[in-house]
Amino acid sequence: MSATDTSTTKESLRGSGRARRADPIFRGLVLVAATSVLVVLAAMIIRTTLDAWPVFDAMGFWGFISGQQWSVGHSRSEVTGTYGAFPFIYGTLKISFFAILAAVPLAIGIALFINEIAPAWLKRPLASTVELLAMVPSVVYALVGIYFFRLYIWEPVGQFIASSPLGNLTFFGPPVLLSSYWSAANILAIMILPIITAICRESFAQVPRDEVNAAYAMGATRWEVMRKVIVPRSFSGIVGGTMLGLGRALGETIAIAFLIGASQRWAPQLFFGGDAMTSVIVNTFADAAPEAIWALLAIGVTLFLITTIVNVLARLIVYRVGQFSGDAAL
Amino acid sequence: MEQPRTATEPDVPASAEPRDDAAPAAQGGMPEARIDDAVFDIAGLTVRYGSFTAVRDISMRVPRHDITALIGPSGCGKSTLLRSLNRMNDLIPIASTEGRVLYNGEDIYADWVDPVEVRRRIGMVFQKPNPFPKSIYDNVAFGPKLNGFKGNMDDLVEESLRRAALWDEVSGKLKDSGLSLSGGQQQRLCIARAIAVSPDVILMDEPCSALDPIATLKIEDLMRDMKEDYTIVIVTHNMQQAARVSDYTAFFTVDVDDEKGERTGDLVEFDTTERIFTQASDQRTEDYITGRFG
Ligand SMILES: Nc1ncnc2c1ncn2[C@@H]1O[C@H](COP(=O)(O)OP(=O)(O)O)[C@@H](O)[C@H]1O
Ligand SMILES: [Mg+2]
Repeated sequence: MSATDTSTTKESLRGSGRARRADPIFRGLVLVAATSVLVVLAAMIIRTTLDAWPVFDAMGFWGFISGQQWSVGHSRSEVTGTYGAFPFIYGTLKISFFAILAAVPLAIGIALFINEIAPAWLKRPLASTVELLAMVPSVVYALVGIYFFRLYIWEPVGQFIASSPLGNLTFFGPPVLLSSYWSAANILAIMILPIITAICRESFAQVPRDEVNAAYAMGATRWEVMRKVIVPRSFSGIVGGTMLGLGRALGETIAIAFLIGASQRWAPQLFFGGDAMTSVIVNTFADAAPEAIWALLAIGVTLFLITTIVNVLARLIVYRVGQFSGDAAL
Repeated sequence: MEQPRTATEPDVPASAEPRDDAAPAAQGGMPEARIDDAVFDIAGLTVRYGSFTAVRDISMRVPRHDITALIGPSGCGKSTLLRSLNRMNDLIPIASTEGRVLYNGEDIYADWVDPVEVRRRIGMVFQKPNPFPKSIYDNVAFGPKLNGFKGNMDDLVEESLRRAALWDEVSGKLKDSGLSLSGGQQQRLCIARAIAVSPDVILMDEPCSALDPIATLKIEDLMRDMKEDYTIVIVTHNMQQAARVSDYTAFFTVDVDDEKGERTGDLVEFDTTERIFTQASDQRTEDYITGRFG
C-alpha cells in the first residue's frame, strides 16, 4: 500500500518536461534583451569618451570643467582651441536648480490639492490636465515660451524684482533680458511640473489610509494630516519625482536653446543671458570642425557624469531616510 | 470633506424611556432607564453610503466609565455606527448621517461643532495596528504635538505608555521604530497614542482581530483597567471577548430586503452583557450568541 503511494508520488513529482522546454528559450531571450541594453550603454560611454579624449587630454579634466573660455579651433586632427566648459555647466546647474526650486513645491501643492482637497467631480479633469501637460512636446513649450511667457510674464516679473530692493544684489540685478537664465529656468519649471506632480500624486495615494485615519482620529485637521502624515510618508516618492524632473531639466535641449540666450559665456545675474550644456551642443554642432565636435562630446560625457552623480546622491538620500522610517517604497 | 447633514431633526424624542414605537425587536430588555450617566445618547441614527442605508434608526445610550460592546454579523454596520460616534464617517465623501448623537448632552452633528474637536475627545483604535513609521516616542507624542501640548512631553509619553501597559516593554527603546514591535505591542502603542491626547471616550473597532490569543488577553486586561478613566466602546466579532470584557452589549443584525436587495443594519437588543448572554429577550440574539446563526 505504502509502496504504491510512494511510487505515485514519485510519478507525480516527475516533471513532464513539456513546460520546461520553453524555459531555456525564454530565458535566452530575456538574457539577450538585458545584455543588449548594457552593451548599447557601454558602447555609448566608451565611444563618446574615446572621441572626447583628446580634449580632456589637452585641457585636463579639471581644466575642462573649470575653464571659462570657449574658443573653438578648426583642426581635423588635433586640439588647437581652448575648451573651458564652465559657462555651460554653470548655466545648466543654475537653471535646473531654480526650475526644481519652483516646480517641486508647486507640484506637491497641486498633487495634494488633486488627491486630498478637490471635490470628486474636479479630480479627474484636473488629473487629466496634468497628464496632458506631460505629453506636450518640448518644442511647443519652447515656442509658447518665446512668443508668450517671456514677453508677458517673465520679463515683467524680472523687471519688477530687479527694480525692487532685491535688485541691489548682483544676482537679482538689472539688466533684465528677454532670453536669460530666468526665462530658461521658468520654462524648465513648467516642463517638469507634470511629471513631478504625477509621481507625487502616486506616492501620496499610496500612504496607508489607516495611518491617515489614525491621525484624523487624534484630532488632526486636514492640513495637519497632509503636512504631518501624507507628505513625510511620501518622502522617497517626492525625491524620486524630483530626480525625474531634474533629469529632464538637465537634459532638456530645445527649449533651453531658444530661451537661454546662447551667449557661450556665463553671467552671475539671473536675468542675464547665458548658455547651458545642451544648448551649446545643439547650437554649434552643425558647423563644428572635428576638434570642436570632440569638445562637444566632452560636454556630453560631463553631462552624463552629472546625471549619474545626481542619481546616486538621490538614492543615498532615499535610502538613509527610508531606513529609519521603514518606507514601503524601498 | 465634511458632509452636510441630510436632516437635523431626530425622529425620536431624547427621552430616557424605552421606545414603544421602535422596531419590535427593540422592546423588552432595553435598559436605557437604568443608565443614568450616559456619555452618548444616540437617537434615531441612520447612516447612509450614497443611497444605501447601512444602519437604520439606532437609538441607545452609552454609559460612562463602562465598556460597551457592539456585536453582530459582519456587514451589520457596527463599524459604521462606531465611526459615526466621532464623526470619522465625515471622511467618507458619500456617507451621510441622520438623527442625533448627543455627547455629554451636545449634538456632535450640530452645525457649530468642529469634527476635529470631537475627535480630540473621542479617540479611536483601529482593527489593524497602524503605528506611524516613526519612533515609539514620536508615535505617542504625535497627537499632543498637534494639539500644541506645552507640558513635559517625556512625562506625557511615559504616562501614556504606562496606561497602555506598554512602558515596561519599551522604556529602554523609545527611539526604536514603532514598527519594530510585535502586533500586540503595536496595538497597545496605538492605544497609548490615542490616550496621549487625553480623550474622554475610546472607540475600538475589532482591536484584537489581528492579534494572537495572548496579545488579545493583554489588551482585554488593559481595557478593564482603562475603564477607570475612559468610556470604551468596542466592536468585536468575538462573542467570548464581548462576554469577558464588556458591561453592556448591543446586538445588531442585518435586515435583508429581498425586493430592493438591500442589507441594512438594525439594533436588535441592548442590555447589560450579563442579560444579553444569559436571558436575551430576542430570539435572534440568543441564536447568534449560541452560534446558531451569523
Ligand atoms: N466606505 C463605505 N462605502 C460604502 N459602503 C460602505 C462603506 N463602509 C461600509 N459600507 C457598507 O456598509 C455596511 C456596513 O458596514 P460596516 O459598518 O463595515 O459593518 P461591520 O463593521 O458590522 O462589518 C456594509 O454593507 C458595507 O458594505
Ligand atoms: Mg467592521
